[in-house]
Amino acid sequence: MVRLFGPLVGLFFAVALLWSFGNGAYNAATQPTPPSAEKLFHMHPKEVKFSFDGPFGTFDKAQLQRGFKVYQEVCSNCHSLKQVAFRDLTALGYNEAEVKAIAKNWGNKAQTFDPKTGDRGDRPNLPSDHFPPVYYAGQGVPPDLSLIAKSRHGGAQYIHSLLTGYVDQAGYKNEEGVELLKKFPDAKTPDGLYFNPYFANLNLAMPAPLVSDGQVAYNDGTQSTVDQMAMDVSAFLTWTAEPKLDKRKQTGWPVLGFLLAATVLAFLAKRNVWADKH
Amino acid sequence: MAEQASIAEATMTGANNGEGVRRRDFINIAAVSFAGVGGLAALYPLISQMAPSADVLAESSTEIDISAIAPGQAIKAVWRKQPVFIRNLTPEEIKAADGVDVASLRDPQTLEQRTTAGKTNWLITMGVCTHLGCVPLGAGEGEVKGEFGGYFCPCHGSVYDTAARIRKGPAPKNLEVPPHEFSSDTVVKIG
Amino acid sequence: MSFPWANEYKPTNPLMQWVDERLPLPRFVYNAVGAGYPVPRNLNYMWNFGVLAGFALVLQIVTGVVLAMHYAANDKVAFDSVEHIMRDVNWGWMLRYAHANGASMFFIVVYTHIFRGFFYSSYKAPREMIWLLGVVIFLLMMATAFMGYVLPWGQMSFWGAKVITGLFSAIPLVGTPLQEWLLGGFAPDNAALNRFFSLHFLLPFVILGVIILHVWALHIPGSSNPTGVEVKQESDTVPFHPYYTAKDGFGLGIFLLVYCALVFFAPNLLGHPDNYIPANPLSTPAHIVPEWYFWPFYAILRAFTSDFLFIPAKLMGVLAMFSAILVWFFLPWLDTSPVRSGHYRPLFRKFFYLLVVDVLVLGYCGGAPAEEPYVMISQIASMYYFLHFLVILPVVSSIETPAPLPFSITEAVLGKDEHATLAPATPAVA
Repeated sequence: MVRLFGPLVGLFFAVALLWSFGNGAYNAATQPTPPSAEKLFHMHPKEVKFSFDGPFGTFDKAQLQRGFKVYQEVCSNCHSLKQVAFRDLTALGYNEAEVKAIAKNWGNKAQTFDPKTGDRGDRPNLPSDHFPPVYYAGQGVPPDLSLIAKSRHGGAQYIHSLLTGYVDQAGYKNEEGVELLKKFPDAKTPDGLYFNPYFANLNLAMPAPLVSDGQVAYNDGTQSTVDQMAMDVSAFLTWTAEPKLDKRKQTGWPVLGFLLAATVLAFLAKRNVWADKH
Repeated sequence: MAEQASIAEATMTGANNGEGVRRRDFINIAAVSFAGVGGLAALYPLISQMAPSADVLAESSTEIDISAIAPGQAIKAVWRKQPVFIRNLTPEEIKAADGVDVASLRDPQTLEQRTTAGKTNWLITMGVCTHLGCVPLGAGEGEVKGEFGGYFCPCHGSVYDTAARIRKGPAPKNLEVPPHEFSSDTVVKIG
Repeated sequence: MSFPWANEYKPTNPLMQWVDERLPLPRFVYNAVGAGYPVPRNLNYMWNFGVLAGFALVLQIVTGVVLAMHYAANDKVAFDSVEHIMRDVNWGWMLRYAHANGASMFFIVVYTHIFRGFFYSSYKAPREMIWLLGVVIFLLMMATAFMGYVLPWGQMSFWGAKVITGLFSAIPLVGTPLQEWLLGGFAPDNAALNRFFSLHFLLPFVILGVIILHVWALHIPGSSNPTGVEVKQESDTVPFHPYYTAKDGFGLGIFLLVYCALVFFAPNLLGHPDNYIPANPLSTPAHIVPEWYFWPFYAILRAFTSDFLFIPAKLMGVLAMFSAILVWFFLPWLDTSPVRSGHYRPLFRKFFYLLVVDVLVLGYCGGAPAEEPYVMISQIASMYYFLHFLVILPVVSSIETPAPLPFSITEAVLGKDEHATLAPATPAVA
């Protein structure tokens, strides 16, 4: 029975697939899908190096502090950071008093609700509070930034490229020298959106947030060029997405070392046991 | 030379004598020991994950406004998800507490040891019976305060006096005094 | 069952003797994975993967039970509770990465185990029941893994749940009501999340139960081996302990090295960035794909792009995807060659390697976006997949001339077997 029906079923699926294949091939030949503007003009993130790259990389706390300042002065106007608590900032090298002050002076306050009166109010943030929500009434929905570095292909490199990748769409050419608006006149960025070839569909609602050198005044003497600010905030957002990165790698090396030793021993033991059987 | 060669051969082929056996045993024992140590080490995160997490440990210290508590009254506040009794003692209650022979108590402590100097009228204790953790009565309006005028735990009948010291019943200790300090005359910070 | 020369359990420790007389559990273990279980002496490293799969299951159960202590199966807080595990719970980041990558390792090991079965025809008589139970385990694993992936309630979780339950809507008449019944709603929601959590917790223990049956069935004929020649004599076997415990210990070391390298240095390599975006029922990610271990089947699902006869393309895809696994149930009867091992089947061997390449191609296409040339490639690859099992295998097994088999395992290992001279030379086809 199996040997009778098996091949029949197999041929049935094969013929159905051939039919799909034929139809697909016919369609592809008669009405090929034209390449889209996104396909031809979307750019992969720039290759930049971060201190936390690779298996030995760790966060640079001074950079994280600078990046936090960029977040605080620029990003936090529209973007929340709800998975992160103020207390977590001790990992950036701030002491408890500093964290307390940061929390207390944070622009958005923690929201309160009095169940007796039904009154809503606010109070200064405490170190144990998470970063408060941010409400944005303009166009677009600014995503929460806590996990942005892990939720985008390319992570920190993507964030850096996006922040430094705004260009004038008029006359924009890709690497092959094709001019976008000549090839795709319909792809003109609509009003209220901004052109950025590093963004998946080329147009995003966020205007370039980092526009001039010195926009954020750094405390540690680092020159706050646009590129530097973009690097620093990308590093900071990698930390918010993966705060245990340092601990993970620090734990990983001894674990791998131990396992390697154990595996070598296990191999020698196995060879001992089998010595008389080969 | 020949002897060495035969030992080496014994090691290689596993003849059941001498040096070779001991070295093989050593490797096998070492391999099994590594497995054991590794297994035990892997238990550590599995056990430690059940301990309080970082957000729970980041107990925000609680600040409480005590300006509205009249002498003789008490309020319940919350600290570490547990009730805290803040009681404004009357002079009579302080006198009653001071009048007890400390040596006769189950958990000898004076009222002064349990309060801040100069603010002996502010008795701040956990609202958690030291017997098995019920919330004693006596802090709320109209609740029974027990025969010593302090707190009374209805679960198993522990009775505390006006300094919240255990006087009767099964509880072993006085109600615990949480770490606290007065930020001002009207605000106390617990934790 | 056992071979007549199997060691008998003789406890030397009085306590073990006391226990064994009252509850013969020590004897049971001794005969199952101890010195009382004779195993062919010529097993290669491909035979390590059964034990590794068992280990991976235990790993998943241990880390999973622990994660369930912190996870909250509610659509409002599920995503945040996972982040709570990653940030605040002691070692929570490690436990979650261990569980997520443990699933990948489990599938790597099980796929290797299955393809070992293909190559050495481990499904052939008298081992059909082991094979059938194995396919059941694989189906249960797929269900468990799918429901587990829904739990973090990210974008891929949500849309995965929607798409996979949408498969059932392809069934004529009852499809849509069935999908709504599975989800407890019109789209994935709190009801779906809760039942997936419940089942995700339950199914691993069902898998454990079927594994016990799988291993029980294995102990009836004993393990197969790379020659495919059955055990004939004591010199063909060695006791499981210490020989294969030692070998499995070494294999476990390699497994753990790869696994820990993933967990500690590339924990998100096999995951998808979109699942770090909270579920949003109003916006589908640009490129939705399941986890990598479903890619070959996902490619088969997507390969059907045209209605065929009176059957809609959607239904064809679903039928084919399920058939791609169900066909494994019939393998023992599709492959009729009397020779088991691929080492002695020159023609079969070529097609086997072609199947390996084919499944890898399907996997690649399944992970790629649904556009050309991937769709056409997956159509060709799916065609080969079905033809391989349903047409090529039966034909090859009847036309192929196998290479001569060794007389015994002993002969295969040592190059000679004094018993062989007593028996006539083994015919090529038994």
